[in-house]
Amino acid sequence: MTNTPPPLDVDAMLDDRTTEIIVCCGAGGVGKTTTSAALALRAAERGRKVVVLTIDPARRLAQSMGIEQLDNTPRPVAAVDTGAGGSLDAMMLDMKRTFDEVVESQASPEKARQILDNPFYVALSSSFAGTQEYMAMEKLGQLHRQALADGSHDLIVVDTPPSRSALDFLDAPERLSSFLDGRFIRLLLAPARGPARLMTAGFSVVTNSLTKVLGAQVLRDMQTFVAAFDTLFGGFRQRADQTFALLQADGTAFLVVAAPEPDALREAAYFVDRLTDDDMPLAGLVVNRASPSARTELSAEAAITAADRLQSADSSSLTAGLLRLHADRVRIIEREQHLRERFAAAHPQVPTAVVPAMASDVHDLDGLRAIGASLASQGSDGD
Amino acid sequence: MTANVDRPHDWPKVRLHVVTGKGGTGKSTVAAALALALATSGRNVLLCEVEGRQGIARMFDVDPLPYEERRLAKGAPDENGRAGQVLALHIDPESALLEYLAMYYKLGRAGKALDRFGVIDFATTIAPGVRDVLLTGKVYEAVQRPRGGRHKEQITYDAVVLDAPPTGRICQFLGVNSELAGLAKVGPVKSQADKVMELLRSPRTAVHLVTILEEMPVQETSDGIRELRAAGLPVGGVVVNLVRPQALSPSALAQVRDDTVDPTAVTSELARARVDVDAELVESLVAEARDHAVRRHLEDEQRALVAAEGVPTYELPRLAGGIDQGALVELAQLLRRQGMA
Repeated sequence: MTNTPPPLDVDAMLDDRTTEIIVCCGAGGVGKTTTSAALALRAAERGRKVVVLTIDPARRLAQSMGIEQLDNTPRPVAAVDTGAGGSLDAMMLDMKRTFDEVVESQASPEKARQILDNPFYVALSSSFAGTQEYMAMEKLGQLHRQALADGSHDLIVVDTPPSRSALDFLDAPERLSSFLDGRFIRLLLAPARGPARLMTAGFSVVTNSLTKVLGAQVLRDMQTFVAAFDTLFGGFRQRADQTFALLQADGTAFLVVAAPEPDALREAAYFVDRLTDDDMPLAGLVVNRASPSARTELSAEAAITAADRLQSADSSSLTAGLLRLHADRVRIIEREQHLRERFAAAHPQVPTAVVPAMASDVHDLDGLRAIGASLASQGSDGD
Repeated sequence: MTANVDRPHDWPKVRLHVVTGKGGTGKSTVAAALALALATSGRNVLLCEVEGRQGIARMFDVDPLPYEERRLAKGAPDENGRAGQVLALHIDPESALLEYLAMYYKLGRAGKALDRFGVIDFATTIAPGVRDVLLTGKVYEAVQRPRGGRHKEQITYDAVVLDAPPTGRICQFLGVNSELAGLAKVGPVKSQADKVMELLRSPRTAVHLVTILEEMPVQETSDGIRELRAAGLPVGGVVVNLVRPQALSPSALAQVRDDTVDPTAVTSELARARVDVDAELVESLVAEARDHAVRRHLEDEQRALVAAEGVPTYELPRLAGGIDQGALVELAQLLRRQGMA
């Protein structure tokens, strides 16, 4: 095979004590959550003290890990083999609660209440399309600070939200910062802060338009919200910048997760480029759900020709069915191989692990162990 | 076999087809195929995307789409070889907001001032839900566009297909207008938001869910159906995508499953088909069929769960060669044959 990427050595990454954070990212529906959980379990059973932060696990997987309750606190996962001295805690992100806690920690109780009750805050913290990204990063920062302080964990594995685009997650701190510096925010704050002469002609055009479009009451709510939030902005920006620095640090390893599909691999390629541009430490690519390889060399064309011959005599031929299934399998594998080669041609240095599709969904620790073993056995099967 | 053009289909009243699905299930493929299927002779169908992915352009192998309705393809031809046309629109919130302001408020200069002050940026990235309101607002405009209205050159549509955000976000996406209407208690935005919600909750809208026959996507589909109903949004059909080939008959499948395939019979058949056969080949083919049977069985379990939802379902095969325009037309024909369009 041309363009064979170097195999990803998962165990070396997990065993390296300087690896403190592993971030799994990629398009939606490629198995990020399962990969995160499998890596976390494997690391724990190899002696690391691990906490895994998941965003939206499948119900049965969450149940088997004991985290079907959204309580925003890491809980120990039962039935983990702790023989090597490791442990595994898991938690599911509660985005609203994380946001509320940040507000409460940054403001006086009275001010916090004012913010938490504002309709704009309620909308922002529960339904705004970027909040989950901000809060996943915020929670990561919290877990890391706590781990440093009390030694409760030495490895944090993070699953990232199923973003519209994988980039939202990297852009979250930056977007927050630039928003806080935005002219519009200053504009909304102007009446609350300054003398009337600040209200330039441009300003009144804008507020008049906004009043016209939104109605005066919305604008007032918005102003109250921004004014109340203003005192917290500095703190927010500082935290966002800290998290960004944390992601760039040597102790962080990014794994880009994909499936052997054009869209997922295109997004993965984009992500790899973006991580490289931002000096984020890229550990490798995980290609999930690879189709199992064929068991015989017979080509798809030969199989189809033979099946056609048999079916012209007997349309219900079982052998023809076997041949067609084989041809389908070969074609899918060839297509997947081609897609992966194309990725490797453009990104030859990215260590890669290919994980074959499991026959059924993973919803217990044994299933996660099997995935972990498969992740770690790259290069041994000659693929 | 092929039905005629005006044959009744399952969604005669629907003007807006919203297509959602879990990531990886191929919802964009299904949305494109549905648009082609709806574009029978003489009909105009608009295919919209709202997630900035330019997936439509890639599927149809054209340049990235601008914020402008562009002719994309002819529909899937009927049995007389006649087809309508599919237009495409890539909706981005910034353009939608500026257009909206220009259209409803004649904000020429002020629109530019808003942009300079970062209001456009604020509104489309940070302000809660505004982004989604703008996106659904533009879709609403395309659906409601009156025939022979103010702009005579504008095309009117018989149907609009929206390649929507994934199942996990769909209720929030479609429901933002009610949330906004809650925030804004009076004023033009409130009445606009109310009108959009009225369309989305009416029988002129159907929200179709795309799934594959695996546990998580099927679970998410039934959760999605429940949430849509709770939000008062009209549930359409379920499109089961990427179905494995049905090359084995039920009896053949049973033989494979029960391990009663006769290797001598297969050997002699293969020899008859002039395949260079040995015992190992026969064993490999049967073993591959066994892998397949395991997955088919799991698919059947999931299929039963989908059927239990009691909504119309349609199935599309997994095409080994991947998706290009020819494949989309093939899928469109299959949807039409099953009565989805």
